Amino acid sequence: MTEPLNGENGLRSVPALFRRNAKNNPSAPAYREKEFGIWQTWTWTDAASEAEALALGLIDLGIKQGDFVAIIGRNRPSLYISMVGIEMAGGVPVPLYQDAVAEEMAYVLGHCGARYVIAGDQEQVDKVLEIQSDLPNFEQMIYLDPRGLRKYDHTHLHSYAGILENGRAKSGALAAELKSREDALNYDSTCVMLYTSGTTGRPKGVVLSNRNIIEAARSSSEFDKLGAGENVLAYLPMAWVGDFIFSIGQAAWTGFCVNCPESQGTMHTDLREIGPTYYFAPPRVFESQLTNVMIRMEDAGKTKKWLFDTFMAHAKKVGPAILDGKSVGLLDRLKYALGEFMVYGPLKNTLGFSNVRIGYTAGEAIGPEIFDFYRSLGINLKQLYGQTEASVFITQQPDGEVRSDTVGIPSPGVEVRIDDNGEVLYRSPGTFVEYYKNPESTADTKDPEGWVATGDAGFFEPDTGHLRIIDRAKDVGKMADGSMFAPKYVENKLKFYPNILEAVVFGAGREKCMAFINIDMSAVGNWAERNNIAYSSYQELAGHPQVLGAIRGHVEEVNRSVAQDDMLSGCQIHRFLVLHKELDADDGELTRTRKVRRKVIGEKFEDLVNALYEGKDEIFTETEVTYEDGRKGAISATLTLCDATTVAPAQKIAAE
Amino acid sequence: MLDQEQGYVTADGRQIGGTVMDMRNITLRFGGVTAIKDISFDIREGEIRAIIGPNGAGKSSMLNVISGFYVPQEGQVYFRGEKRAPMRPYEVARQGIARTFQNIALFEGMSVLDNVMTGRLTQMKAGILSQALWRGKAEKEEVENREICEKVIDFLEIQHIRKTPVARLPYGLKKRVELARALASEPKLLLLDEPMAGMNVEEKEDMSRFILDVNDEFGTTIALIEHDMGVVMDLSDRVVVMDYGRKIGDGTPEEVRNNQEVIDAYLGVSHD
Repeated sequence: MTEPLNGENGLRSVPALFRRNAKNNPSAPAYREKEFGIWQTWTWTDAASEAEALALGLIDLGIKQGDFVAIIGRNRPSLYISMVGIEMAGGVPVPLYQDAVAEEMAYVLGHCGARYVIAGDQEQVDKVLEIQSDLPNFEQMIYLDPRGLRKYDHTHLHSYAGILENGRAKSGALAAELKSREDALNYDSTCVMLYTSGTTGRPKGVVLSNRNIIEAARSSSEFDKLGAGENVLAYLPMAWVGDFIFSIGQAAWTGFCVNCPESQGTMHTDLREIGPTYYFAPPRVFESQLTNVMIRMEDAGKTKKWLFDTFMAHAKKVGPAILDGKSVGLLDRLKYALGEFMVYGPLKNTLGFSNVRIGYTAGEAIGPEIFDFYRSLGINLKQLYGQTEASVFITQQPDGEVRSDTVGIPSPGVEVRIDDNGEVLYRSPGTFVEYYKNPESTADTKDPEGWVATGDAGFFEPDTGHLRIIDRAKDVGKMADGSMFAPKYVENKLKFYPNILEAVVFGAGREKCMAFINIDMSAVGNWAERNNIAYSSYQELAGHPQVLGAIRGHVEEVNRSVAQDDMLSGCQIHRFLVLHKELDADDGELTRTRKVRRKVIGEKFEDLVNALYEGKDEIFTETEVTYEDGRKGAISATLTLCDATTVAPAQKIAAE
Repeated sequence: MLDQEQGYVTADGRQIGGTVMDMRNITLRFGGVTAIKDISFDIREGEIRAIIGPNGAGKSSMLNVISGFYVPQEGQVYFRGEKRAPMRPYEVARQGIARTFQNIALFEGMSVLDNVMTGRLTQMKAGILSQALWRGKAEKEEVENREICEKVIDFLEIQHIRKTPVARLPYGLKKRVELARALASEPKLLLLDEPMAGMNVEEKEDMSRFILDVNDEFGTTIALIEHDMGVVMDLSDRVVVMDYGRKIGDGTPEEVRNNQEVIDAYLGVSHD
């Protein structure tokens, strides 16, 4: 590494960036949160001073340099600021997924040996207290929201406000100590440790240094010309690397404002009120918003529906071209402008996207129809490809070169190459330091020259230089006849239908492919209502013959589309079933970032997979489910197994 | 344990104060029907007091006597040591008593926020003219009242439906909105008429938590009627049991649970 130990102008740590912002833009908004119906603002001065008070309070509590402090809660300014405060005091913040059940938390807290925990509210405090006997290193807990905690034993429990007050009171005595700890921070000291959700095995603690975070934030901010005037909405889990980069890294680097929603349920209202200029969402959020729009348009009057259909068709034709600055005829431009006034503008306003200058989606492939819908409205939605180990950025799409099937060109400062076996490798200043307490995994993933294996198979398009991702490298396999098996490719095609929430395709080493389908309750439920189909539960709706019929239609359409691809035509779905329960992270079937855990699902529902291959028409099954509070129960169902027509690739004749 | 002046300490260590409301020998008749027959009990500062009993036992009538809506033919109601004269509902509200209803009584067409704001009505003092012109006192008052309502909305976690018309809400949330409206008046004594009727297990757990939190955070004295025995036994400090208009039991949940007459009333008695 050739970068200097100290960053630009001595800005070698995130706390130093906070101090700089407080000095240069003292009264500019840093964080906002809606509370009691009003947006409350933390200026950069407030943020830096709160971080400092917390650092002093933690030092008084006995925090030592290198101690891990876990943060658990929903997106709130004080929790973001506390991560910076922890770093100021020499500690390492470890944000955790707030919806993790207690035993998941026990592993992570035990693995990093966190001495302190900062919890958002009573729910999180309870979870930690429940597992504290398994955590020998755990000493003190600080809570943000005091509600319901008054009667708790306060020997190891402190209120956040109390810690701040104490820190401010002791600032005289401890200021020198704080200064020496802050001065000791450099580009190589740890900024944050994030646990990867991991589609296989235990979560791994990814250690990211100040260099990783600041360099990644700097180059990505420059790539998209982010300025201090941006507004973002922080609503994605704090434990996710993207949120850390956007809400702390880029925010501290450029000095823009991070807005936290009032509660989970108010996300959409808050989005409209803030009108972010820079917006990030995983594909499922865009999908569900589109589904909602479509459902509501079904209920609209004839004139409105006609207006919507007419102008959306026009937007589809010329919208993306206008957004990319390509030449479009005057008449088309005029019609698009009229559409902007009549349809697109109001629609964007309703969605909260009126001010979005740059939108990103990542994490999963996004359906081309969904992607084009937003772009045709004039929303500059782009894709990026990244992972925790890279401090997010590996490739991004530059303005004007946006397509739904690629993930763009290497981000500034990132080198990307394709390995002989097709795996994507990268090297960048954002490349992680190590997996905490796991040198073998570190060595497996990162070679001595700093190249990191992503685990994804992909290739560069020869004419554009854009990267295309095919699938997880370890998921790409061979079928019994030796043809290529890429489950994700087929699953994504299935998931692009609004009725299908999740799909899991099996077929590695087999002769035929089979699929599990999860229906999308809001889309299918609305359809059922419209068609007077009565149902009393998710399970009943999922097993309804008409639902199965509709899903079969989707599967067969996908088969026709898959058959077009010579390499992957063997991946057509021969048989499928609609699952009686939604795949859930609490049951370990999905990761916390909602990625399918193929292996776990294959083992858990082995009876169903076998039944599909044995050609049965029906099967009775019982499944264990975990409730949100960690209790377990079981649901049972008789599932119908369906056949789907496949298409022979060459002759295009129905095979069955 | 029960000292008239000193109060008592609950199982979970809360100090309960002196008597807030004292019902002495209450009898209530509707024509020939005697709904309540010579019942006496008290409600103390800071406690959660439950009234239970089978259908038609006279629980709701009792709550209506407490709230001053029904005036008993015999017996007296003492509120904070003073004998209570018959009064209008708004006068009751001004005394610091708020209630929710068994059959939800909200303004269906109004938003949640507006409904909660009606809970502040008795505290509003600005005149019609000032309110209409939105000047001076009216504006200041509305801001203050809104702040209190927003705290209640935050407390009961109904921010996401703040602007939603009540008619569009599911039953469980309507119940919560009703509680919010009652809390907005910052009551000293809160009367809950079957707060958990018709709810599923999860909604019941939520509601129980809110009731405990209200009692804990604001020190509000709560009298509630409830059918679900599990809920009552978990929630309340003392329980009055009624059957056919009579009081058949009074004491801690433990005492009431072991009371033979109560067991008979709930499980029935064999007649052979």
